[in-house]
Amino acid sequence: MVLQSTPARAKSKAERAASPPGGAGVPHPRTGRKRGAGRQLHGGKVTYAVLVLFSLGSLLPLVWTAIAASRDNQRLAETPPPLWFGSHLGSNLMTAWNDANMGKALLNTVVVAGTIAVTTVLFATLAGYAFAKLRFRAKNLLLLVVIGTMMVPPQLSVVPLFMAVAELEWTNQLQAVILPMLVSAFGVFFMRQYLAGALPLELIEAARVDGAHSLRVVWHVVFPVARPAMAVLGMLTFVMAWNEFFWPIIALTQDNPTVQVALTGLGRGYIPDQSVIMAGALLGTLPLLIAFAIFGKQIVGGIMQGAIKG
Amino acid sequence: MAPPDTRVRDRSRASTEGPQGNGPTSGERPGAGRRVGDSGRVSRLHRWDAKWSPYAFIAPFFLFFAVFGLFPLLYTGWASLHSVSLHHPTQMEWTGWHNYSRLLEDEFFWNALRNTFTIGVLSTVPQLLMALGLAHLLNYRLRGSTFFRVAMLTPYATSVAAATLVFAMLFGRDYGMINWVLELVGIDHVDWENGTWTSQIAVSSIVIWRWTGYNTLIYLAAMQAIPGDLYESAALDGASRWQQFRHVTIPALKPTILFTIIVSTIGATQLFGEPLLFGGSQTGGGSHQFQTLGLYLYEQGWFNFHLGRASAIAWAMFLILILIGLINWLIGRRLQKSH
Repeated sequence: MVLQSTPARAKSKAERAASPPGGAGVPHPRTGRKRGAGRQLHGGKVTYAVLVLFSLGSLLPLVWTAIAASRDNQRLAETPPPLWFGSHLGSNLMTAWNDANMGKALLNTVVVAGTIAVTTVLFATLAGYAFAKLRFRAKNLLLLVVIGTMMVPPQLSVVPLFMAVAELEWTNQLQAVILPMLVSAFGVFFMRQYLAGALPLELIEAARVDGAHSLRVVWHVVFPVARPAMAVLGMLTFVMAWNEFFWPIIALTQDNPTVQVALTGLGRGYIPDQSVIMAGALLGTLPLLIAFAIFGKQIVGGIMQGAIKG
Repeated sequence: MAPPDTRVRDRSRASTEGPQGNGPTSGERPGAGRRVGDSGRVSRLHRWDAKWSPYAFIAPFFLFFAVFGLFPLLYTGWASLHSVSLHHPTQMEWTGWHNYSRLLEDEFFWNALRNTFTIGVLSTVPQLLMALGLAHLLNYRLRGSTFFRVAMLTPYATSVAAATLVFAMLFGRDYGMINWVLELVGIDHVDWENGTWTSQIAVSSIVIWRWTGYNTLIYLAAMQAIPGDLYESAALDGASRWQQFRHVTIPALKPTILFTIIVSTIGATQLFGEPLLFGGSQTGGGSHQFQTLGLYLYEQGWFNFHLGRASAIAWAMFLILILIGLINWLIGRRLQKSH
């Protein structure tokens, strides 16, 4: 690559494309680490200090949730606010579990988010494969439509959905919140981006030459290759569905809530006890936090992978 | 990737016994005549399969979108031209543009629009700037980089409801943690919820807390895709670190930055859960000081029972988004031209 005379010019697409991939991150012998790319540099003390600060800022509100959930209500109405754990965690969790219907809410949410994650991954992989590797008419236009649908806010479907649910008498039934979310445009786009790079055409053609029909190709070629991306998409979708808020609070009530509906009930004075509210928030978040502790690295990787190609 | 390939080959050979099979088998002779006819039919099926299977694969998405996305979108437009009560949602009475003209005269609509805009700016701008800086730092060679990334993404796993309930307590007037800390440094108690600006800052901080880490990762991914030679040549030209950031990193990140601005803008336009639960009611504070458009829609539809008006608000939001999309597109095109 030709040396750039001015840094400002160093951005054109052609030049970026011409530079060898993987060049980043390799320390350059001539320039050395000190003056090389940001990526090659080791972080200094200030870098660590800032990152630690922001990590704490991300985690402390959650830690404090647990602290508040472990205190009794009186203690939360005193200054200074509690800074360490108390002894009421068990009883507050029990109250939230029983009185705020959190037990049922958790079970319902697992069913809802699980179903949505499975169908989204399945349909997104099929559609993503078609968009990435197959030829058909109006493909690019249809892909543009898929991306365009991401622009439509949920507020635009909520009135007719409410009417339909009222007509079908589906209020308070889980299918009312599951059905509208069975597919996702993000998922289709995510799988398309992944398969475009990860699935060699020769593999599909070899299978076809041998007489495999398309479903067989999907089962024996596409799914095995797509598996890592399917896992990441499944996790992302599960998190998204778990946290879905707007439509569930309209379609469901406290009798048969999801976690978010139950938490909304708590927030609107269903139970005035602050420490129980915090216990509810903790219960409703804990499953995802545990998942993050285990799969955090994969989820981070998945988001970054989706970003870099999108 | 090799194993599935061979598996398919083996199985299809075994089942079709084609001419490329592993040599003569006992059943070859009697089947010879039939095979010609079979292969004709098979190849026709094959072509039919190749032609129509792509549509079958994308059909589920489009089918579901048509039923649960496109149809409701249009029907909301239709309902916005009617008077519809929440109690009798199937009895629609034609009123033409009345819902829209009423909306334009309603001070609470303009209030909600203003609030949505200011909260949108207050939450999006600091969020993206911080994400950009943090991504730059994470792009250094670091010990424990995975920990930092996962830690910063953790708020993303926290739902709007849980996060808002916690922040509402932290921002409490009398016993909130934030006022306590402010008092330590000698600042008087702030009545976060009841002030216009203070409440909007508090609501924005929830959005910032939840989304900064996510955007950081997106920027980081884009930064890692920038070829190192660009930095090397910039460094050879004597560019300082800050100049490298400004003249190499930022230009290379332009498409990504545009993308995150669009996504954040869409999110800000729909903001709903945070203001609802921060104040605990659909009014968005005693004097509607943090009522957003989403909240206003919810209030009109589900507390004032006017589904027609709610539909009109929804379409107004949609038009605003289209307008924003157009502006973004124009900016993006100008940026590309300036290259």
